Amino acid sequence: MNVKKQFKDGLITQNPVLVQLLGMCSTLAITTSLFNGVGMGLSVIIILTCCNIVISALRKVIPNDIRIAIYVVVIAGFVTIVDLLLKAFIPALSEALGVFIPLIVVNCIIIGRSEAFAAKNSIGASALDGIFQGLGYTLVLVAMCVIREFLAKGAFGGGMLDVANGFKVVFDGTGSGIQIFPAQYGALIMALPVGGFLTLGCLIALMQHLLRKSAQKKSEKKEAAE
Amino acid sequence: MDVAKLLDIMLGAILINNFIFSQFLGICPFMGVSKKTDTAAGMGMAVIFVMGLASAICWVINKFVLVALGLQYLQTLAYILVIAALVQFVEMFLKKAVPSLYSALGIYLPLITTNCAVLGVVLLNTQNNYNFIESVVYGVTGGIGFLVAIVLFASIREKLRFADYPKAFEGFPIALVTAGLLALAFMGFSGMSIPW
Repeated sequence: MNVKKQFKDGLITQNPVLVQLLGMCSTLAITTSLFNGVGMGLSVIIILTCCNIVISALRKVIPNDIRIAIYVVVIAGFVTIVDLLLKAFIPALSEALGVFIPLIVVNCIIIGRSEAFAAKNSIGASALDGIFQGLGYTLVLVAMCVIREFLAKGAFGGGMLDVANGFKVVFDGTGSGIQIFPAQYGALIMALPVGGFLTLGCLIALMQHLLRKSAQKKSEKKEAAE
Repeated sequence: MDVAKLLDIMLGAILINNFIFSQFLGICPFMGVSKKTDTAAGMGMAVIFVMGLASAICWVINKFVLVALGLQYLQTLAYILVIAALVQFVEMFLKKAVPSLYSALGIYLPLITTNCAVLGVVLLNTQNNYNFIESVVYGVTGGIGFLVAIVLFASIREKLRFADYPKAFEGFPIALVTAGLLALAFMGFSGMSIPW
């Protein structure tokens, strides 16, 4: 029951990007190809889950006055681990994301979840929260990537889907992606910063519209029942 | 001392590679405290100050502690601690020494710790192998770029109250679209360079 609610919260009703409006910088900056989006999403899921577990386990030991500093140290530790692992095993991703991997340290989603959830809940619940909130973030990243990549280059899955050598998923940034329409007809502007702002604006607007509609429906149902 | 390079860094940080509009660093405070022009200007000033100082201190830490001891892999950790401590110290110092500035910047200072523009500028300084003066110049001018962006944005946002847009775009979405259009305007600077 609770798991179900956490799942729904993370992905939809309390989506970190679309509803809580956290973690904007990376969402806007790196969502130009599916490879970047999925890579960033997975990194954040791992870091968020690990941080939530550690902070939840330590929640009774951490003194209240310096808790933020301790959170930051824990987060920076895990970010460094992921950064080094990526550099060693997926250098293409590390290069594509550049400075935004170390910048996960100041991604408000992670410190926000530590403060708002992990500091008050059990280890199991915090781990689940990390996974679901991370998934919600990844979902938005992927949506942004798909929209921007399609409009800018007419492609899908750049860097991840290798069509030339049979149809398979690769994770080293060499896949060419599926070309849906020729790249020269794409609106290059969508791959530039402008496109990021516009796409995210429209996505959040859509989310607000849907949430308002569902709230309206609920209140109508209530009235009908009364 | 290479003046042309310094000018190049300045021009890049303020206009061409503006931290907000082309590098996407510092979007959270950019969106969060841009409802009024004067608070936006206060935030911008605080950011210039902290970015300049952080660039200087982190350069020293990197050169004489991390590199000297072969601990570069602790960079992220060291930088964020330096920034957090720095912000705390600046806050305490200003409170005692320059209370008028403190009350002007007051609430924005603690927020700066989680401003990714600050950590971003420090990481970029290291990545680009800037020397001490170049680092400080990049930090300060990056902050000026932030100030220009946030003040422009806030003054547009104040006018948005009188605009008529679809209800779904209320609040954040319309602000993002506005920022997008501003970014489009800033793209016009992308061809500029120092002519010598």
